[in-house]
Amino acid sequence: MLRWVQLAPTNHTWGFSKCHIIHPNTLPQKAGVGYKAQHLNDILKDPNSIGWIEIHAENYMGDGGRPIAQLKHLREMFPVSCHGVGLSIGSESPLDTDHLARLKKLVDWLEPAMFSEHLAWSTHDTSFLNDLLPVPYTQDVADRVVEHIQQVQETVGRQMLLENPSTYVAFAQSDMSEIDFLTDVATRSGCGLLLDINNVFVSATNQKYSPKEYIDAYPTEHVGEIHLGGHEEDSDEHGDTLLIDSHSRAVVDPVWELYEYTLAKAGARPTLIEWDNDIPEWNVLANEATLADALLARHNQIAAQ
Amino acid sequence: MSAFQDTFTSALLDPAQPTPNGLIDPNGRVAGKRFDVYRNNVVHSLIDAMGDAFPAVKKIVGEDFFDAMAGVYVRAHPPKTPMMMFYGQDFPAFLRGFGPAQSLPYLPDVAALELARRDCYHAADADPADAMILTTLAPEALMETRFELVPSAVLFQSENPAHSIWQFNMVEPFQITATHEWVLLTRPEMDVMAHNLDAATYAFLRAIQNNETLAISADAGLAIDPKFDLSTAIGLMMRTQIIHQVKS
Repeated sequence: MLRWVQLAPTNHTWGFSKCHIIHPNTLPQKAGVGYKAQHLNDILKDPNSIGWIEIHAENYMGDGGRPIAQLKHLREMFPVSCHGVGLSIGSESPLDTDHLARLKKLVDWLEPAMFSEHLAWSTHDTSFLNDLLPVPYTQDVADRVVEHIQQVQETVGRQMLLENPSTYVAFAQSDMSEIDFLTDVATRSGCGLLLDINNVFVSATNQKYSPKEYIDAYPTEHVGEIHLGGHEEDSDEHGDTLLIDSHSRAVVDPVWELYEYTLAKAGARPTLIEWDNDIPEWNVLANEATLADALLARHNQIAAQ
Repeated sequence: MSAFQDTFTSALLDPAQPTPNGLIDPNGRVAGKRFDVYRNNVVHSLIDAMGDAFPAVKKIVGEDFFDAMAGVYVRAHPPKTPMMMFYGQDFPAFLRGFGPAQSLPYLPDVAALELARRDCYHAADADPADAMILTTLAPEALMETRFELVPSAVLFQSENPAHSIWQFNMVEPFQITATHEWVLLTRPEMDVMAHNLDAATYAFLRAIQNNETLAISADAGLAIDPKFDLSTAIGLMMRTQIIHQVKS
């Protein structure tokens, strides 16, 4: 058998909190973090600093070795949310059944507390473009997305959450709002929603609408998980602000405010801090999770009064 | 309808093409720089994935050269699956034909070694067999034995000293004297280990991996070098723990 001390890529040995209890298989109403292998030692030293972890499904589709061994170890310690980035649910072509089968295999052994994917496309013909590309909001596209989500849910054998995108362009042909589109898709497919508050802020800024009005109109009864992350600020060729969903920085104050606003409206939800590029030291990421936990606690206090 | 994602994809990978029709900013103007965000995300994230996959090639040619070269590669060979840890299969072949890298004839072999190391790293887990069973077999039975090797046992050979060049760049510099190299990659726990072989032992292990008997595999080694020693080769298989199953 594989020895757990070999999980980390160095010979560094770490303490291992034996008192951390086996979890029930649901996400707690607490903050979690996107798991990065370079944080493994820190997480194992202080597992109580976070409530759960999220992993990108595609990173764990290899046959064996360290990535799989790490995940098998972590799933015994934390509830895990499995977040797909490669299904291409918004694709005009049929879903890749090989990829769906790999996803089913992963979900079957991992038994994640939650499974989510994006309202986006990333595969065209046989090429995977490694980005979350936008779809127009029309009834035809909604029909296609519903069909794809149903295929995913039937194959994987469980409900999925669909995440709202960060968008940089709009489509002249769109004749529905993003909210109407998501509501229609969730209602007809039976999927839940993953509400990414940073994506709301990025899209609202880029498309010039009010993020609070978006939250007001959002069908929060479908939300099973919230995402928070950092973005970069740029401008377009006309000098208009253009925010880029980079996951490379701390969550900015207006996004924290929008998060509090959302909690007040929708109630507490498991909340993930995403940080995928320019990944910081563990304490920086853990501190973001602590901030989210503090806002969740304050919300619960107010709600209890 | 399906034409739209065609146009979008083709414009993503070719900066000379205009922004696809119908993509606008909130004022209804053509979304020029806004569309470029997607172009950037696609190409840069793929270049980053190539850098993760080929750290030795990147170190040899330098970051600027690597990123420019990978930029050409990712547009011509976008990934075929969403599993980015397996991206770059065509890179060695691409490098053989890439004009600006021809002054480094060993580069394709170093890239191929990095792919082999990656295969070893992600291979399925399998427990090694208790090789002591071999000592209990009569000589005739032993020679007719076949072996299933663990999936992480990867054989690699190159006409250039790709493994030495990899070690020089990724571990520590040393005087490289080898020319043709034969290597066995193993993963006893989680980390990839490399064992230098000679041509005869490489031929022997290749035959073993192809499910030949010990006798036929030994002949394959002897055909390369009459001094090939079977007991040393069996010792190597036991020491590196690559035998998953002994099939008598």
